[in-house]
Amino acid sequence: MEGISIQIVLTFTTILFFIGLYGFITRTNLIGILISLELMLNAEAVNFFVLNKYLFPGVLQGSVFSLFIIALAAAETALALAIIIQVYRMTGSVDVKEVKDLKH
Amino acid sequence: MMSAFEYVIWIPLLPLLTFLLLGLFNRFFKEPVSGYVGTSAMAVAWFLSLKTAITYFFDAGLQNGKYMPVEVFKLEWIKFHSGLSIDMGIMLDPVSVMMLVVVTTISFMVHFYSLGYMHDDEGFSRFYAYLSLFSFSMLSLVLATNLFQIYIFWELVGVSSFLLIGYYFTKPSAIRAAKKAFIVTRFADFFFLIGILMIGYFVGTFDIETLNGSQTIQWILQNQFPVFLGLSVITWALILIFIGGAGKSAMFPLHIWLPDAMEGPTPVSALIHAATMVVAGVFLVARLFPLFFHIEGGFALRVVAVVGTFSALFAAVIALTQEDIKRVLAYSTMSQIGYMMMALGVSGFEGMEGLGFTAGMFHLFTHAMFKALLFLVAGVVIHAVHSNLMKDMGGLHRYMPVSSWTFLIAALAISGIPPLAGFYSKDVILEAAFHYSFIIWLTGFIVAGLTAFYMFRLYFRIFHHREKTYAHPPREESNYMKIPLIFLAVLTFTVGWLFTPFSKYVSPTREAFHYHIHWTDPLVWGSMLIALSGIVAAWIFYYKPTAYPDKIAKSLGVLYTWTKNKFYVDEAYLFVTKKIIFDKISKPAAWFDRNIVDGMMDAIGNTTVWISEKIKPIQSGRLQEYAIYFIYGVVILIMAFYYMNYKM
Repeated sequence: MEGISIQIVLTFTTILFFIGLYGFITRTNLIGILISLELMLNAEAVNFFVLNKYLFPGVLQGSVFSLFIIALAAAETALALAIIIQVYRMTGSVDVKEVKDLKH
Repeated sequence: MMSAFEYVIWIPLLPLLTFLLLGLFNRFFKEPVSGYVGTSAMAVAWFLSLKTAITYFFDAGLQNGKYMPVEVFKLEWIKFHSGLSIDMGIMLDPVSVMMLVVVTTISFMVHFYSLGYMHDDEGFSRFYAYLSLFSFSMLSLVLATNLFQIYIFWELVGVSSFLLIGYYFTKPSAIRAAKKAFIVTRFADFFFLIGILMIGYFVGTFDIETLNGSQTIQWILQNQFPVFLGLSVITWALILIFIGGAGKSAMFPLHIWLPDAMEGPTPVSALIHAATMVVAGVFLVARLFPLFFHIEGGFALRVVAVVGTFSALFAAVIALTQEDIKRVLAYSTMSQIGYMMMALGVSGFEGMEGLGFTAGMFHLFTHAMFKALLFLVAGVVIHAVHSNLMKDMGGLHRYMPVSSWTFLIAALAISGIPPLAGFYSKDVILEAAFHYSFIIWLTGFIVAGLTAFYMFRLYFRIFHHREKTYAHPPREESNYMKIPLIFLAVLTFTVGWLFTPFSKYVSPTREAFHYHIHWTDPLVWGSMLIALSGIVAAWIFYYKPTAYPDKIAKSLGVLYTWTKNKFYVDEAYLFVTKKIIFDKISKPAAWFDRNIVDGMMDAIGNTTVWISEKIKPIQSGRLQEYAIYFIYGVVILIMAFYYMNYKM
């Protein structure tokens, strides 16, 4: 624990978050977008935990939030996958550019 | 007292009911029925009016030597504050009772006559509906208690006049004439309305009796009112009201609609454009006569006198040269109304000085009879010859004796030959004018001669002049048309003798005064002589075809052309409206509206469309693009916060 400084951890999570953000913006595959979203969520979850651990060692709110995020991410993934399957059934593709029936 | 006259309300109400019946159920009334309905309603109204007149003048009206106005009923309609309200009601006084008799008599005769004249016309029921509407509005107008009530029915007679002039609505000239009449009179009515509102604002009442009461006049004379161009606003209000009256009564320069109004059916010309509606202006001045006389030394009344005198001369000169018989009669009407205005204008107030007023009213009364008769005869002639122009007529005396004799009687009457009706009224007007101003008397005197000349020019050229062969021998077809002629001719003969009693009944103060014509007075002889010389001149010129008229026309040159073209008043109006108002004001205004005002609105609209076209792609519906904008926003916010908190 002592070996790793907070800067390194925050740098890691920032890189992770922006990889996710980049993926979220550039991907056209729905699955890819979902994965990128997960990356961002996980980066934040780690952030919460690390900041709690390093800056306010006496309390647990950060850790609890991390747990919440994990649970939320699981539920969200299930929901998103269900939607993606439905989309695939209707359009025969998981490309986000194909899904524009509701646009007009 | 009140209950004695309750039936008066039926006089205007009957024509209204007829109008509603014939107007709403037009299709159910075939030709003769609608005519009978209208005519019998008018007959009842006529009978009721005579009854009213007899009851009023001989029984109920006179109190302490004065004819008091009787308010039969009065409803407060719109109340502004105490004193100032718009009422609807019926008031009887000598002037309105006299008008009642005139309107119902002529209207009844015209209804009757139209049974023959409008025979086989497609719009027979429509015609009777319009006539009823007119009778209703005119009767309500003369019975009004309130200036605003007068105004309302004033507009209504304007509408019915418009409808009847444009009766033959398939003829473009009729439509033009109807439009012209409506616009010109409406233009004048605008001033009338302003005048009424000014009276309401400064004096605080619309009620005619209150306005004419000596208390109100004293109050006006004692108070200072705002002054505009040297005249007090009350005088201006009266002048504006007179402009309204001048529009309806075809006084110069608002007379241009009257000759064109002859496009309507001839009975209509007789009823509306000769006997009743066009004298509404005279009636209006007579109604407010105490105000006209007292305010600022009667300045407004002098305006009336000058305008009336000028119109009388102007119209008489034009009438000399016209070829269309109805137009000659129209200008003659205008001239005679000018006479009435002149009579009112020169009148004094108390006792014998009120002679002008009485004479003007009496001339209105007699003129209605013989002018209606002249028009009805013209209708018979036009019906028989199928033309309005004198060149298509001549020698008709042989074919149409009744028309010829009745026309002769009416022409003698209008020329002022005793013992016919016109002599009395005209002579008294001239006498009143003589005591007022020599120039006005002289003008009236000349007009009397001109009147005699052009009336007999008309008479000789229609009924004598030359023997002409007609494709279909003209004849007087219908008894419906002959009976009114004879009836009116009898009236024309006899009503003149009513003058001595008339002067007892109608006077500015409503007090009786006795007047007798002095047969030895050189004035009387003078007016008789000028009338006779006019007739003799016409006889020399036109009894047989002669070369004199052409010679004189040639020697007069430009003057003749100007007269023939009605002094180019119409053209002057056209120039002012078309060249100046349309081209110089309306068109630039329209351009400004189209290009500047509309342009600004269009620019705002177009800019909005352009901007929305440009920013529409932002709403692509793609979540990822939204995310990019979101990130841009976050970045900008972060930079802003950074800049604000850590200034370099």
